[in-house]
Amino acid sequence: MKYAGLLVMPAGFFLSIAALLLFPDAPLRSAFVLCGIAVEAMGLAVAVRGHMSRDREHRP
Amino acid sequence: MTGSAPLGTTAFALIFGLLLVAPLAPAGLALINVGLGRSRSAAQSMLGSLVLTATAVLVFALLGATFADGASGAGHALSLGGKLWNWAGTGPVLLGGFIQTPARAQLGVLFKFLAVILVVLIPWGSGADRWRTMAGCSAAALLAGVVFPLFAHWSWGQGWLAQLGANFGLGAGFLDIGGAGTIHVVGGLSALAAIWIVGPRRGKFPKGGLSTAMPGHNAIYVLFGCAVAAVGWLAFNAAGALLWLDAPLAVLPVVAVNTLLAPASALAATFTITRLRFGKPDASLCANGWLAGLVTSSACAAVVAPLAAILVGLVAGAITPLLVEFLELAIAIDDPAGAVTVHAACGLWGLFAAGLFAPQSGQVLAQLVGIATLLGLVLPVVYLLFWLTNRVLPFRVAPDGERLGMDLHELGGGAYPEFVVHRDDSYR
Repeated sequence: MKYAGLLVMPAGFFLSIAALLLFPDAPLRSAFVLCGIAVEAMGLAVAVRGHMSRDREHRP
Repeated sequence: MTGSAPLGTTAFALIFGLLLVAPLAPAGLALINVGLGRSRSAAQSMLGSLVLTATAVLVFALLGATFADGASGAGHALSLGGKLWNWAGTGPVLLGGFIQTPARAQLGVLFKFLAVILVVLIPWGSGADRWRTMAGCSAAALLAGVVFPLFAHWSWGQGWLAQLGANFGLGAGFLDIGGAGTIHVVGGLSALAAIWIVGPRRGKFPKGGLSTAMPGHNAIYVLFGCAVAAVGWLAFNAAGALLWLDAPLAVLPVVAVNTLLAPASALAATFTITRLRFGKPDASLCANGWLAGLVTSSACAAVVAPLAAILVGLVAGAITPLLVEFLELAIAIDDPAGAVTVHAACGLWGLFAAGLFAPQSGQVLAQLVGIATLLGLVLPVVYLLFWLTNRVLPFRVAPDGERLGMDLHELGGGAYPEFVVHRDDSYR
């Protein structure tokens, strides 16, 4: 699950870059850059959850 | 964002003088890292700081400076959407012809040499008491040879983040004068990757119980380190404003005042919150709050008004104790130095705030693109690099070494040989 989260994060980055190229007007561009960051945040949350569940299994 | 005008003799001498004081920032950070770790790993932590510094400087000279250098060569650029995306520098290999390069470029390289030391020391503190020195060196080599040079070129060179203003009309491009993103967020996210790979200290999160408190062994080192680091920070921010923003000399007093206001207000917020929550102020959290304010000043000092610097520092100081507690108790992140909160989270806040309070329109979006790059690209890449390295050269020390302490295990002697060693309850 951690690796899935870490794989999702670059998708958010590419979404932000695509926003710069595809939308010349500021509001739409800003919205898509924010969406990119939201995708990254979701990926990070999944990675953190994956880390927590794996960590619990390995506790002494 | 890159300065391009030739430097006068006064400006050259001033920037060079500032950069000679800047090493106090990594020195203070090394002291903080030692103090927040345990006494039985103190000598290994300090020696590790020196060895990692040496590794980072050598690798940056041999490899990293080539990618980071934007002053000479056209750079490697992709053409996408009718714009040039400059993603890597093409500086001379092995610092060839360094003496002949313009004065500004020479000082830029010196700034990056000092910055890379900070980058590698940030995760070192988070892996305290269990991260092997040799593995720490390999991580430092990766950061100094690949990750830091590329991001430094993007934001400080003529890279695509610095050119967001010229190419897409986003303010002045990604602003990161003192290295809040390039140094601190890169270092803080590397700390998170290292913590995930190296795991928590033995006994930190017992099965079916709350996390065990493992306080730092020397609050004086930590607090004195904060004072030392502040001097280095003043130099970093002032030199960064002159080098990367082409700021006039008259701006320097404001930069210095903002660099003091942000940590002062952050410390006030952390002191108040810890006093309200625990009845007494917490020394190590207050140190983290001070450092968090300094980190935000790296982004804001040269581009915001003093009142905004106070506000940015207050928010950073309020976030710090709450996030440190959340990371440890809620999501099991064992970070003795608090680097994920102080350097990564507060660095990201500082970058966003710089866009929010900067006078240029469109600056917030440029800062958000920089933040998206740090979170979406730097963290996964650093994690992948560390994960692969860990397969070859395990990061974590053997259980017996952790039980003995890193000093005895790696160095054969402790930092305080005349101290009485007490039994450690966490090893029952």
